[in-house]
Amino acid sequence: MNVKKANRISPLVKNLPPSGIRKFFDLVANTKGVISLGVGEPDFVTPWHIREACFYSLEQGYTMYTSNWGLPELRKEISKFLYERYGLGYNPENEIVVTVGASEAVDLALRTIIMPGDEVIIPEPTYVSYKPCAVLAGAEPVTVQTSYENEFKLKEEDLNEKINSRTKALILCYPNNPTGAIMEKEDLEGIARIAVQNDLIVISDEIYSELTYKGSHVSIASFPGMRERTIVINGFSKAWAMTGWRIGFAAGPRDIIEEMVKIHQYTILCAPVMGQMAALEALKNGSEEVEKMVTQYNQRRRFVVSKLREMGLECFEPKGAFYVFPSIKSTGMSSEEFAEELLKKEKVAVVPGSAFGRSGEGHIRISYAASLKNLTKALDRMANFLDSLNKNIVDRVMEN
Amino acid sequence: MRKEILELLETDSKLTPYQIATMLGMDKSKVEKEIETMEEEGIILQYSTLINWEKVGNEQVSALIDVKVIPQRGVGFDDIAERIYRFPEVRSVMLMSGSYDLSVEVTGRNIKEVAQFVAQKLATLEHVQSTVTHFVLKRYKQHGVILDKKEKDRRQVISP
Ligand SMILES: Cc1ncc(COP(=O)(O)O)c(C=O)c1O
Repeated sequence: MNVKKANRISPLVKNLPPSGIRKFFDLVANTKGVISLGVGEPDFVTPWHIREACFYSLEQGYTMYTSNWGLPELRKEISKFLYERYGLGYNPENEIVVTVGASEAVDLALRTIIMPGDEVIIPEPTYVSYKPCAVLAGAEPVTVQTSYENEFKLKEEDLNEKINSRTKALILCYPNNPTGAIMEKEDLEGIARIAVQNDLIVISDEIYSELTYKGSHVSIASFPGMRERTIVINGFSKAWAMTGWRIGFAAGPRDIIEEMVKIHQYTILCAPVMGQMAALEALKNGSEEVEKMVTQYNQRRRFVVSKLREMGLECFEPKGAFYVFPSIKSTGMSSEEFAEELLKKEKVAVVPGSAFGRSGEGHIRISYAASLKNLTKALDRMANFLDSLNKNIVDRVMEN
Repeated sequence: MRKEILELLETDSKLTPYQIATMLGMDKSKVEKEIETMEEEGIILQYSTLINWEKVGNEQVSALIDVKVIPQRGVGFDDIAERIYRFPEVRSVMLMSGSYDLSVEVTGRNIKEVAQFVAQKLATLEHVQSTVTHFVLKRYKQHGVILDKKEKDRRQVISP
C-alpha cells in the first residue's frame, strides 16, 4: 500500500516551529563539563515531607482516578491558598480545576475560548508555549514587544495598539519567564482597565507567583471587573519544586471553568492522583520549605545581578521567578552567537533571549536555580569570556 | 541581620564578607564589622570544615558515652562537665534530661584506646557514678548534612 506521506500531517502542526531551545539543547548535551544556567526548573528536589506524603498515599491505596475536577480536598486547599495569598475568591466546587501542570491549563483555557480567527495578544519575551498553543486552538497570535527600558513590563499604549475587534484574549505571564519582570499593582491597573473596556479575556499564568522578592504578587484577577474575565493559572512546579509531578490548576468564572473541564475530561480524564496527594501536602504543610527556598533564590539573585553588573553587562533588577535577563548588546553579538560562543569557549550554558521572542534578542537568560558554587564558577567563566572579547576588540583596534 | 549572616556562614564558612553583603543586599563594611563583633563576643567561635573521614580511610573510632554523675554540694554539673571536657580525647559534652546526665563523645585511634580512656580516665573520676559506652558504627547525617548523598542533579541541561 502506498501511503500519501504528503498529507499525513496537519499543516497546522507541520508549520509549528520547533522550540528555539531544542537546537541549543543538543549542543549543550553534547559538550562535556558544562555548567548549565539554562535550566527552567528548581535545583531543589521536592521537599521530603511532600515526597513522604506520596509514599503514604500509595500505601493507603490511592491509585485510582479522581473526580475530573481533581480531589475535592485539594481544590479546597487551592481555594484557600488563592484567597489567603492573593485575595482571590473561587468556589472549590465549580471554579477550580486541577490540571496536568500549568501547561495543560494554558491549553485548556485557549481551546475553550477561541473561535477561528480570534486574535490572542502575547507580550514578548515570554514562555515558549503560548504561541503554539494559541495556534493549535485556531487563534491568530499577536505579539506585543516589551522592552528593557520598561523593565519588560507590558505598557498600556503598546497593548492598545494591538487591540482590534477580533482581539479575544491577552496572555500575561508575571512574574515572567525569561525576564524575571513582575507587574506591580500600578502596572496592572491600566491593563485591567483596557481588558474591561475591550471585553478581553485574560489568561494569567502566575506559576512564579510565590517567587517574588520585592513585595508580594498581585493577581490581575483582583482588579475591578476582572474576576469574571480572568483565568488564573498556577501550579506546584516552581515554588514547591515539583516539576516532575505534573500538577497545576486553573481558577476562573464558573461558565469558563466548566467548559474547560469538558475538554479535560475527554482528553486527560484527571490529573494523576499521586501528584494530587503530594500537592495537597504541599499546600497544607509546605509554606516553611517554600520560604527557605525563596530566601536562597533571593540571595543568589542579588549575587548574580551584582556579578553581571561588575562584568559590565547591563541588567535591570529582576524581582520575580528565578531568571536574570542581562543585555549582551555591548558585545555586538546576537544572543545566539553569544550563547554558542560562551558554551564553546567557557562551557557555560545560558539560553539565548531570542528563543523567547523578538524583543529577547540582545539578551540572554540566566537561571539562578543552581547552587551558589556553580553560579560562582559559571559567572567567573563568563567574566573571562567577556574579558577575552574585550581584548580581541582592543587588539583589532590596535592593528588598524 | 546577625541571624542572616550567621545562617549563611553556618552553611559555608568560606563566604567572604563581600559575598555575604551582596547576597543579603547589605553594605560590605557593615557585614565585616558585624562579623568581627560576633567573633569578639564569642558568637562565632571557629570556621571549620565538615569532613567525611570515612572516605579518607581514616580508621578513627568514636563513642557516645552516657555518664551518670552524683553532684555534690559545691560541685555542680558544670564542674563535673569541665573536668571531662578538658581531656583532648573528648569531642563534645552535653547535659541531658532523662536517665543519664552527661552525653560525652570520645574519639580515639581504635576501640581499645577509647575503652581505656573510659575505664581509666572517665569512670574513675570522682562524682561519676556509671558509664555506658556506645561505639559509633556509621554516620549518615551530621550537622544537617547527609554524608553520602544519593540525590544529584537529574535535570535536563536546558529547559524552557
Ligand atoms: C511561565 C511558565 N508557565 C508554565 C510552565 C510550565 O509549568 P508546569 O510544570 O506547571 O506545566 C513553565 C515552566 O517552565 C513556565 O515557565
